[in-house]
Amino acid sequence: MQFGSRRKKLNTDIQTELYGHPLQFYGQPPLENISLTEFETFAVERLKLLKTIENLGVSYVKQSEQYSQKLQSEIKNLNFPYRPEADDRKIQTGPTEYEKRRKDHISHFILRLAYCQTEDLRRWFIQQEVDLFRYRFNHLHPTQKLEFLHKNSLQYDTVSAEEKVILKDKLVNSSYAVSGITVEGQDFYKVPFQDALDLVRTRKVYLKAGYVYIPHQDIVTIVLNDFRTRLSKALALTARSLPAVHSDERLQPLLNHLSHAYVGQDYSIQKNVGKISLEQIDSLSVKSFPLCMRQLHQSLRENHHLRHGGRMQYGLFLKGIGLSLEQAMQFWRSEFVKGKVDADKFDKAYAYSIRHMFGKEGKRTDYTPYSCIKVILSNAPSQGDHHGCPFRHSDPELLKQKLQVYKVSPSGISQILELVKGMHYQLACQKYFELTHNIEDSNFSLSHPNQYFVESQRILSGGKDIKREMDTPKRSQENSAAKGSNTTHEAAANPSQDLADMTDEQIDSFFQDA
Amino acid sequence: MPSSLASDYDPASLPDLLPLYYRRLFPFSQYFRWLNYGGVHKNYFMNREFSFTLKDDIYVRYQSFTTQNEMEKEMQKMNPYKIDIGAVYSHKPNQHNTVKSGTFQALEKELVFDIDMTDYDDVRSCCSAADICSKCWPLMTIAIRILDRALRDDFGFQHLLWVYSGRRGVHCWVCDEAARKLSVAARSAVAEYLSLVKGGDETVKKVVLTDPIHPLIRESLAVVEHYFDQYAIQDQDILGRKESIDKVLALTPEDILFTDFQSEKKPGNRWELVKKQASRKQATAKKGQHFEKEIMLQYCYPRLDVNVSKGVNHLLKSPFSVHPKTGRISVPMDLKELDTFDPFAVPTISLICAELDRPRTGEEEEKMEESQDKENEKDAAERRKIRDYKRTSLAKYVKHLDQFLDGMARSWKGELLKKSDLQKEF
Repeated sequence: MQFGSRRKKLNTDIQTELYGHPLQFYGQPPLENISLTEFETFAVERLKLLKTIENLGVSYVKQSEQYSQKLQSEIKNLNFPYRPEADDRKIQTGPTEYEKRRKDHISHFILRLAYCQTEDLRRWFIQQEVDLFRYRFNHLHPTQKLEFLHKNSLQYDTVSAEEKVILKDKLVNSSYAVSGITVEGQDFYKVPFQDALDLVRTRKVYLKAGYVYIPHQDIVTIVLNDFRTRLSKALALTARSLPAVHSDERLQPLLNHLSHAYVGQDYSIQKNVGKISLEQIDSLSVKSFPLCMRQLHQSLRENHHLRHGGRMQYGLFLKGIGLSLEQAMQFWRSEFVKGKVDADKFDKAYAYSIRHMFGKEGKRTDYTPYSCIKVILSNAPSQGDHHGCPFRHSDPELLKQKLQVYKVSPSGISQILELVKGMHYQLACQKYFELTHNIEDSNFSLSHPNQYFVESQRILSGGKDIKREMDTPKRSQENSAAKGSNTTHEAAANPSQDLADMTDEQIDSFFQDA
Repeated sequence: MPSSLASDYDPASLPDLLPLYYRRLFPFSQYFRWLNYGGVHKNYFMNREFSFTLKDDIYVRYQSFTTQNEMEKEMQKMNPYKIDIGAVYSHKPNQHNTVKSGTFQALEKELVFDIDMTDYDDVRSCCSAADICSKCWPLMTIAIRILDRALRDDFGFQHLLWVYSGRRGVHCWVCDEAARKLSVAARSAVAEYLSLVKGGDETVKKVVLTDPIHPLIRESLAVVEHYFDQYAIQDQDILGRKESIDKVLALTPEDILFTDFQSEKKPGNRWELVKKQASRKQATAKKGQHFEKEIMLQYCYPRLDVNVSKGVNHLLKSPFSVHPKTGRISVPMDLKELDTFDPFAVPTISLICAELDRPRTGEEEEKMEESQDKENEKDAAERRKIRDYKRTSLAKYVKHLDQFLDGMARSWKGELLKKSDLQKEF
């Protein structure tokens, strides 16, 4: 009895310590008992928050005014800590700051359990958590930032005054935020370039002999890198202890359900396999393909060839709309042999990758069609490529010409270009959908090229497809159940296998961890 | 010269030449010395993946060898048309099926870069696809100068092996220990830091500069400026014909009109006009008017295949592999002679095999004696091989690899010394 109360007191101490600062590195797991209801609410709400972060990251420039505003209101709505200066002494309605911090802490650890199972899930979770952390760190008061660094014993080497004088010009030219006047008064940190990859990648920092020179206001990058590394390690550890958690029959279904929530419909299972004939593809590409796929189809017909990125993006899309492996093989072969590739070379060099797409080679993953986010963010096209998102990866001028050719009205074109300018690529595509299907409001939120196709077919068939719509929920249930067993199986079979197939998949290493 | 005839390579003769090449000419000892990295980590060579392409494009992955001797025997047996080098794995790659799935992982590899002339098709007028000529080769020279500087000065790497691929491009192997240990994320960050030309066939303007101009770009521009007049204006004649002029002018802002362009006949002066317009624009506009720089970079800045650099387990064609189509050996390049490097002068397998049959000159005999004295601890077969390649045009390229390896050996000796010093102190 006494022991119990002492332990409780100890817990409270740790918590006061933990929740004393608005932000934490999540080094200590929560130790208290919570009810299942609370467990579920916390998890679902954090997941909502992370989903919002993902969506905002696609629609807005991270750290822009709008991004921050939208994110802040979401954090506020879901009762997560959002105001670093919040003070419990003031009377306020709703949960106290302490409760919010506790929720932040506990919900983070619950999602760790749900998102440690596969490489894909981990990558997604880390990316969203890192974005959330960035937002929150950036909105700390300068003294709170220092306090945070101090509390977590993060120390970085500063650049001496003499060195700053020597490198002044270079430092000024390497960062938007540094000017000749501010160099002297500002601290610069010198760390190995591996610790600030985001700044290196975007060329926003001065780099010399393997070290980056980071101005003080960019210190968030190093802190984030630290956070990312810790989280990645922690997730790997969590994955190992997962069997113990899974033995709890109350938690397992809940965790599985949570981990599937992030992808949404992935268009991998199609009932209509084989219902599309190869002859239909040309006309379908005009009527029902999103612009990215129409573009790929057109260049395939013109050049009788597509490079790897294009084959993956288009091939998986076709698989998603219902082409069987045999059809796909016939489709690609008949087109390629019209060009420079003879049948023999096709069988040697390309047939494997098509079977691979259908999960018949290599590690036998049944690959899912690419979502808009994947198309927009990963593997940008380079010389000779036709893949990617036309709204994201085309010159506005070329896009305009293309839309004119496709008979989009001038006012429609300018609406689309306006959306593109604001970096709302998915919205631009949706506008294109509405314009080409003559509807006012499309009533869905576009996030997947295959979704575009399905919606288009639905409209073109004049609502005859209602029956299919009716049984969609059932299908998606089956879907997630099937996937549930899939993922656990994959996790057991070892997720690191992904690494070996990296080149096949062309996984984008954007979110890949050190 | 009997060799001029012999250099005419016929792909059909490859099966006959390869056994001779692997038996008498392939520089196994240097090759092993390179990939063994001083034996600092004892499984480094053993766990390295090699992959062979055999006759009829038969592809064999996950080859690995315990010793130099085993590698020699295996290569002489298989006579690969092409050799690729992969990563150093957690286990011997030829046993990858016997270890528990998932534990077999790529751990380390040189940081590599692949620059391929096909990626420049939209900015070169002389050739397309796999073809190259002396008019477009300077693109590779520029690429090497820019990347070599950046990798050394910005990233602090020292051991860069540049290799002509045998056909239409160059490879770079960054061999520093730190480079070999880089994560996938770090490799992709390095590659992206170095990539300026962005966009596929749907993008016209592929380079957009914003203020301030990063030191990397300034340094790179200095390199491009050095070559631009001769390469772009003279050789490629980008401002000579209407069609190519239009392509250049499409990269300038819409509000600039080049009215006096047609009256100016000399391409060089036309470029001066572009530059003049640019500086005028820069004087009036506040920010971000760098179109003449953007043009230069779009036409000349190196275009990397980022995916090759990113993956730890990505395969890349090995130095001293033969290019089956051209017959040319993939040879290390000496940057001291970069400006005069001529891809068409790189020896073909038929040339060097023919050189072996040439009668020896007196001078060569003498050298041979010398080397025999020096290395009499090596067995006779080994000596003969050394003699053999020295009698061919391959010699200078092997020598360059030797020098490269000496440089690396010095650095790891230094490391070892430092280590032992530290030990003494305590």
